[in-house]
Parts: sequence; C-alpha cells; structure tokens
Amino acid sequence: MNRPLGVGGREPEAATTNPGGAAPATRRGTELLMLAFATVIMTSALVLVDANQEQELTLAIVWYGLAYLGIFAAAHLAVRRWAPYADPLILPCVALLNGIGLVMIYRIDLALAERATQVGRDFSGVAPRQVLWTVLALALFLGVLTVIKDHRTLTRYSYTFGLIGLVLLALPAALPSAISEVNGAKVWIKFGFFSLQPGEFAKILLLIFFASFLVAKRDLFTVAGKRVLGVELPRARDLGPIIIAAGVCLSIFVLQKDLGPALLFFGVVLMLLYVATERFIWVAVGLSMFGAGCVLAYSLFTHVEQRVANWIDPLETYDEPGGGYQVAQALFGLGTGGVMGTGLGAGRPETVPEANTDFILAGIGEELGFIGLGAVLMVYLLLGMRGMRGALAVRDTFGKLLGGGLAFALVMQVFVVAGGVTKLIPMTGITSPFLSYGGSSLLANYILVALLLRISDAARRPQPQARQRPQQQQPPIAEAHTVMVQAPSGGGTGVPAPDPAAPSRPSNGAGAAPGPGPATNPGPPAPLNGAEQANANSKASSNEPGTEGESKA
Amino acid sequence: MPELVVQLTRAGFLALLWLFVLAALRVVRSDLYAASGLKVDVPHFRKKPQPQKAGGGKSPGKLVVTHGALAGTRIALDGRPILIGRADDSTLVLDDDYASTRHARLSLRGNDWYVEDLGSTNGTYLDRAKVTAPLRVPLGVPIRIGKTVIELRP
Repeated sequence: MNRPLGVGGREPEAATTNPGGAAPATRRGTELLMLAFATVIMTSALVLVDANQEQELTLAIVWYGLAYLGIFAAAHLAVRRWAPYADPLILPCVALLNGIGLVMIYRIDLALAERATQVGRDFSGVAPRQVLWTVLALALFLGVLTVIKDHRTLTRYSYTFGLIGLVLLALPAALPSAISEVNGAKVWIKFGFFSLQPGEFAKILLLIFFASFLVAKRDLFTVAGKRVLGVELPRARDLGPIIIAAGVCLSIFVLQKDLGPALLFFGVVLMLLYVATERFIWVAVGLSMFGAGCVLAYSLFTHVEQRVANWIDPLETYDEPGGGYQVAQALFGLGTGGVMGTGLGAGRPETVPEANTDFILAGIGEELGFIGLGAVLMVYLLLGMRGMRGALAVRDTFGKLLGGGLAFALVMQVFVVAGGVTKLIPMTGITSPFLSYGGSSLLANYILVALLLRISDAARRPQPQARQRPQQQQPPIAEAHTVMVQAPSGGGTGVPAPDPAAPSRPSNGAGAAPGPGPATNPGPPAPLNGAEQANANSKASSNEPGTEGESKA
Repeated sequence: MPELVVQLTRAGFLALLWLFVLAALRVVRSDLYAASGLKVDVPHFRKKPQPQKAGGGKSPGKLVVTHGALAGTRIALDGRPILIGRADDSTLVLDDDYASTRHARLSLRGNDWYVEDLGSTNGTYLDRAKVTAPLRVPLGVPIRIGKTVIELRP
C-alpha cells in the first residue's frame, strides 16, 4: 500500500476504477451468463437424479429449471437495478450452491420416502419447503439490497444491532423448551408451522456491531494503553464492550451446547480484531485462549468429551448413544464415493444421519466423489475470495471490516462443517451455507450475500467526487502574513519543524526536541492504521528502541 | 438406465461442475486488473502528480490553524494521518480546555482527507455539521475542535 508521499497526492481520476473516463464495466452480462450456466448444471443434476432413481422423466423438470432461472433472474435484475457495480461472481456461485443443495435435498427426500414406504409410514419431503425458503430468502435479499443503499449507514445502528443480536441469541435459551427445543438443541423459536434459528441472524447483527465498534475504537486500541511485554494493551474501557459481548455470546453458546456457532463466532471475532489492529498478538492471545477454553470444555462437559472421542475413533464409539455413528457413516459415504462418486442418484446418502442438513457434504461426496466435492468447495472458495476482494477494494474502513468479516464467516463455516464431516476436526453441529436444508440458515446467508454485494458494489463503483473535484473553487490564499510552509524534504518528511513565531507546542508535542522529531520518521506510511505515527512518537519519547515504527535517524 | 449412460453422465456432470469453476476463474482473471481500484492507478500516478506539484494542484497540501491559541500554525500533509488532541503524541497538540485528549483524526483515503471524531467530549464540527462518521473535508472548509479552527489549504 504505497502512497505517493508528496504533497497533494494523486489526480482525482487516479483513484477511481476507470482511468479512461469511460464507464467501468458493470459485468452484469457475465453474471447473467454464469447464472444461466448454474441453471444448466442444476437442471442436469435434477435429470440425473430422476433418471438414476427411476423416476418418470417429465416435462416438469424443464419447468423446475425455468422457475429456478426465473427467481435468480429476478435477483439478477434487482442487482442490476440497485447494485449495478456489484461483483459478477457472487450471485452465480450462490445460485449454484443453492441449486445443488436443492437437488441433494430432493434426492434424499426420494430415498427417505422409499424407505418410509417400505416400513409403511407416511413421509413428507422437505424439498418443497426448501424451495419456499429459497424464494423467501431471495425476497429478503431484495429487501436488504433495496433498503440498505449504503453499507455505511449500518454503523449508525451498531449498538442497536449488537443488542438485538445478543437478545436473539439468548432468546431460545430463555424461552420454555416447548417452543425452543428441537432434537435436544435449544436454539429454535417455533412459530406454529415453521421454526427459525435466531442465532443465524444474530451472527450477522453481531458482526455488524463488532465491525463498526472496532472501526470507532481502533485507534484507541493501539494508542492509549499500557505497555505490557512490549505490546500495547488497550485500556479496559475501550475493549470492554467487545469483551462483554463476546463473553456473553460464547457463554450462551456453551449453555445451549451449541459448539459449532461458538467456534465460528470466536474465529470471526479474532479475525476482525486482527484485521482492525494489524497486530498478530491478538491472534496469539486468541488462540491460546481458545486452547485453554478447549481444555476446560473438554474436562467440564461430557458432550465435548464425547465429540472428541468420536473424532479420534468414530468406529470405537459407533454403537454408543451419541457416539461416532454419524461421523462413521459420513466417512463410509465418502469412501463409497471415492474419486469419481457413484453418480447423482445412484448412491445411498440417506444412510448418513442428518443427511440433508449437517452431513449434506457427505452425501455430495458420495454421489459426486472427491472431484465433485472439490468443485463444490472451490465454489465456496470463490465466493469467499470475491467477498474478500470487495472488502479489500472498498474505500471505507467499516466496509473493509464488515466485508472481510462476512466473507471470513462464510469460509470459516464451510471449514468447520467440511472439517467435521471429513474428520479433520471434531464434528460440531453446523450447516453448510446454501447447501443444507434449513430456512434460517438460508435466510441469514442471503442477507450476508446481499451485504457482500452491497460492499462490492461500493468498491467498484466509480467515485462521484472524481467529476466534482476539478470544478471546486480554490479558496484564495488568505493570511499572507502567516508562516512559511517548509517544503517536505525527502521521502517521508511530513510535519515541518514548527515555526518559531508560532505559539507554544504547535505541532507534535516533540517540537521542542532537537533533531528530527518523531513525526519526520521515514517510516512507512500507514494509511489504514492511523495510530502508527502517533505510536512511533510515544515509542520515541519513552526511549524504547527496536520496534519497526522507530526512527531510523 | 444402461450402465454406459450412467458412467458417461456421471463423468459429464463432474466435467460440467468444473467447467463452471473454470469459467468463474476466467471471470476472476479478466477482473484482476480492472475495477479493483488498486492496480489501475499505477500508471497514472507516475504521469499526473508532476504537473500537479509544479502548478500547485487542487488537493490539500497543508493544514492551517485559523483560530484559537495555535492560530497560524501550519502542518504539511504528506499522506499520513493527523491526530488532533491534547495528548502529547498527537500530530497537532492542542492546548485547549474544550478539546479531548484524543479528539479527532484526519486521514487520507484515496485523494480525499476525511475527518473522524475519536469519541471526543465536545465533538468535532465540519463547517456547521457535527462529525459522527468519517466525513470528507473539502478545501477551505473549517473544522472546529473546541476553540480551535483548522482548515485544509492547497
């Protein structure tokens, strides 16, 4: 991030995305093309499933394909209208994942229905509900895209969002089990015929809160505070809210025995802290806290111990209640699939418990094999990458933090679930975004995608100021009697030596000190971390050499 | 379905999936140098800043204190952020009872300077507007911090 150091900076157009003055490509055409491609994949997947399951191949499949294209085309049109410069890849990737998820859920429905008829029970598939959720989620997506015209407005409500997020998290735990417990997990709110997991939405709200909080307090973190072991520790009152919020969240997760979201949340907060402060010490502190927490949880909670035992050897605890049965079945599925997979509709993914939610990746791995699962993970990677790219390119710090945090949350969630299914890490109950069955997860993830699109739109949109700037009136140079400005000599010379005629302590506080003041350090300019310079000052004044920001004079 | 068709469709679908990934990567590649805002300005800032420096461009070159105890002080802007407050390590150290220890910050983003309030007690004002979120500071518009007024000059 080298900036020109001279006075004045660059020409206005230099920072915009269109050097030639022509309108930058919005790339919406590319997006539509990729969406059509995703539709082709989804439709052919549906055809394959039906063919391999010996279902009747009817024209209905064409209609499904068209309906799918229709709803995503609607999303595309909305993006064209309200976020024309948004990233062209995010929506197609989401569409593909959602399509594959729908096909897999439908496919598992078929298998479960067959099994139910053998036993002589009724079975109602969940695929139609998931289609309904998808439509709802896209409606919500449009809503977010139209309501939030500029992601920076979110900072105004940061504390409100944080509070609502905490309440949403705590709500299921506080409500009676009758309306909040499904399969032993108290993370739901049941509304008659459908139920929601408020935690999924809390994730996004809290992320917004943390991002805007960190943007506001970032400087104080690195500037004001005591130095312990060569590291500037932030003051407690600066860090307080974030520690309280994170602590409350984690304890809620622990009380709800919901490990997956806890892991996800912890990772995201750590990442935000690191991005905001650029200090590796936070990652180190966080990871050691995480290690300690793991040991503590392992010794305190039996269900954690059980999960770890299942992870170390799923077959040993295969027959125990809550044992390694799930993970072992998932591994069997992945093993059956091998490199090429059994083919869509030709495997038996229903033998894995929770095949359409937590273990959907095992089903995909069985039917599409390593190659297919690799492709799906690549699509996730692309999605995360495009989100990060938007975050890198966007101009405001809040957008950077929020976009980075959202993209990281997505990728981290995929890591936690894929790692759990493949026995890389202990299995924690968490859904794979866009693939798994589940309304709340889908709704929340579409909100996340809408925010990512909004940020990437802001990042790629040409700046309007670029055209206004040259017309701006140059104010007359008044006060001719005031001091001469000393031209900056050399690369990083910033603040000139204070004029003797100026009143006391005019600049820098170190103005009276002989020699080059700390502000004239030829250190690297730090456009993102505004505290760097002031930091160097405090270091210089306390005579502690050996840090990177130190004066080289 | 006949076994051969099953095998062919199986491989065909995997190929389709990876084709999607490759197509997406193509888009990423074509997008690398465009529309990022990071890469494009490299050829530009070699060409453009030269005449700008010579002719006294329109971007802020210095910060001038116009009112208050420090009136007349000037600080050349070099792209690094400017911390304003009563703290000794601020870039502009205010001796002003109405200013907070860490009052405000001016920072360069792109070509524009933005003023940001750092949670001060009495607030920062850009012209008449209170600064709650980072605001772009146009040339010659006064920023009021306690009894001190500063503005950017070319």
